[in-house]
Amino acid sequence: MAQLIKQSQLVSNDEWHLIEDDAIIADYGIISLKRWQENAAALLPLAQAGKIGLLLNSDETADQIGDDCRQFVLIAVNFPKFSDGRGYSTARLLRERHGFKGELRSVGDVLIDQLFFMNRCGFNSFALRDDQDLNDALAAFATFTVSYQNDVNDPRPLFRRR
Amino acid sequence: MYVYDEYDQQLLNERVVQFQGQMQRYLAGKIAEDEFLPLRLQNGIYVQRYAPMLRVAVPYGQMNSAQMRALARVAREYDKGYAHFSTRQNVQFNWPKLEQCPQILADLAEVQMHAVQTSGNCIRNTTTDEYAGVIAEETVDPRPYCEIIRQWSTFHPEFAFLPRKFKIAVNAVPGADRAAIQVHDIGVNIIRNAEGQIGYRILVGGGLGRTPIIGEEICSFLAEEDLLTYLDAIIRVYNQFGRRDNKYKARIKILVKALGVERMRELVEAEWQRIKSGDSKLTSAELDRVKKHFTDPSYLPLSDEPAELTSARAENAAFARWLQRNVRAHKQAGYAVVALTLKQKGTPPGDVTAEQMDQIAALADQYSFGEIRSTHQQNLVLADVEQRQLFALWQEAKALGLATPTLGLLTDMICCPGGDFCALANAKSIPVAEAIQARFDDLDYLHDLGEIDLNISGCMNACGHHHVGNIGVLGVDKKGEEFYQISLGGNAGDNTSLGKILGPSFARDQMPDIIAKILDFYVAKRNEGETFLETYRRLGHDPFKEAIYGPAH
Repeated sequence: MAQLIKQSQLVSNDEWHLIEDDAIIADYGIISLKRWQENAAALLPLAQAGKIGLLLNSDETADQIGDDCRQFVLIAVNFPKFSDGRGYSTARLLRERHGFKGELRSVGDVLIDQLFFMNRCGFNSFALRDDQDLNDALAAFATFTVSYQNDVNDPRPLFRRR
Repeated sequence: MYVYDEYDQQLLNERVVQFQGQMQRYLAGKIAEDEFLPLRLQNGIYVQRYAPMLRVAVPYGQMNSAQMRALARVAREYDKGYAHFSTRQNVQFNWPKLEQCPQILADLAEVQMHAVQTSGNCIRNTTTDEYAGVIAEETVDPRPYCEIIRQWSTFHPEFAFLPRKFKIAVNAVPGADRAAIQVHDIGVNIIRNAEGQIGYRILVGGGLGRTPIIGEEICSFLAEEDLLTYLDAIIRVYNQFGRRDNKYKARIKILVKALGVERMRELVEAEWQRIKSGDSKLTSAELDRVKKHFTDPSYLPLSDEPAELTSARAENAAFARWLQRNVRAHKQAGYAVVALTLKQKGTPPGDVTAEQMDQIAALADQYSFGEIRSTHQQNLVLADVEQRQLFALWQEAKALGLATPTLGLLTDMICCPGGDFCALANAKSIPVAEAIQARFDDLDYLHDLGEIDLNISGCMNACGHHHVGNIGVLGVDKKGEEFYQISLGGNAGDNTSLGKILGPSFARDQMPDIIAKILDFYVAKRNEGETFLETYRRLGHDPFKEAIYGPAH
């Protein structure tokens, strides 16, 4: 069971869970992009009611869901391996291009030393791999107090703030 | 050069603390080996054949004397008393202890140095011309643009886990290229358009390694303020679509080849259109702020060719030879640009001792406004030397073994650390370099041969840039034995070309003789004033092949 961090706190009563494409949809189920694309009309009310979330795998881009992302309250982006960095671009594009305002959760191989970057790219919840030390993880969000580039949390790069 | 403000220093200090914490967690068993790997790599630490190697960044090759002294201290206190300058203008220590690396980085942070992103699958140190800012031929000083790229690429939140490493080089000299921008992931050529505006011609998808490719133009003219948004667009496309299933096919050059540069351009343009007007667009205030760090030092009003220089040249043939080879014209009257060569016989190319580093710092303070540059060719440069002091500087440099008058000649080789240090290498490269240095040590002969790039790599990863050597040497493994394959016709300059393999490889002890045969053939066939590369290009590959292997059957 992954440890979930939201707003710099451990959350223990989270009900979201991944559901396979052939499983029955239950409340707080996170469905695949494929399932959404095949049944969007039928699933739309559930998404809008906040009952289902969406999973983007690392080989699925933000542009594939596009502005439809706004129908969801939660999107999970999977990191199959911590070294697979595609999810950072996915997160930024969901936030900055497609206007996703809901909960953006990193899932999979989510390690302490990725959290600072993930937070800057727009993730606001983190399903930490279960062997990770929670106190070290919470401290990681404060690693740097200065950043050169703009990010999802501040659209101004340092040179516009300096 | 660029001087940190409180933001730059704060960020670096926080990096030191971060890595101290990561090392503690690693040593406490809280981070697995394979998960610590990218963390140490992004702090410049490789695990080599015998010990870790620490690669310290020298952003676009610029250092001051305090930084050089700090590097000397690291060599002395944490290593075996020497360091090695690499082809990407960085400096490497071959024998630090892994657990001491955080302390080394803390020491270096005090002089605004670091090992940030000198390895790993991220954006690496940006490199440029070692003569930036001091030669009349350049369109504009490229260093402010390099510094802007440095800041943008440092801890870029989206691009810390790219498919593979990513190298950017910048050149601002028409008709010359000392930064090898055509063999980088992105080459930035700073140019002026017909209206006189500064901008960039952008190349993409160049690289060496297993699949050497010359970069292609993706943008013919990009406006000055659009640099960062365009780089963001290219790398965002690469991060999403570059291959991640095979590390040997993961560089951007493979993506560009697979898509074709036209399709790549469409994707990048589409991405760029959506971000080009955002806040990452450079402001004139920021361009001015950074440019102010690279203004001229307080030059004295001097004249070219002072009497002291003229008489010393006339009286001392060795000094005259050094002037001819290792000293080049400066944009400012009465000044000169001096190369301190790290190619002394018996020393691996690019190596310097701690004592030499301290002395180089002292020379910089005395003769060149306290600044030093490192070069792609693994030498150092004092960029602002008064011509009337050249003779005094030469005497001191000569005593230190830093005045070998061979810049650009056969023995000014590029050479990777090879099998003596590197765990990837198939063969040793330093002994080949040393054997060639020993065989060809006659200065008259070397000067008569003229300019030749001889580049040696110990494996196909090509850290010694053998593909772009006029003569390239590649170490290969044949059933557990070290052999060397020769290629001819490569060139890293403005007119970049990739070398062509000559034929079957040779044993190490044959190498000096084979190189001699190639050179003899060139000398016999050259026209008056023709360089090795020009003769090769005129005659073609086959006559050289025949000269070495005999006629084809």
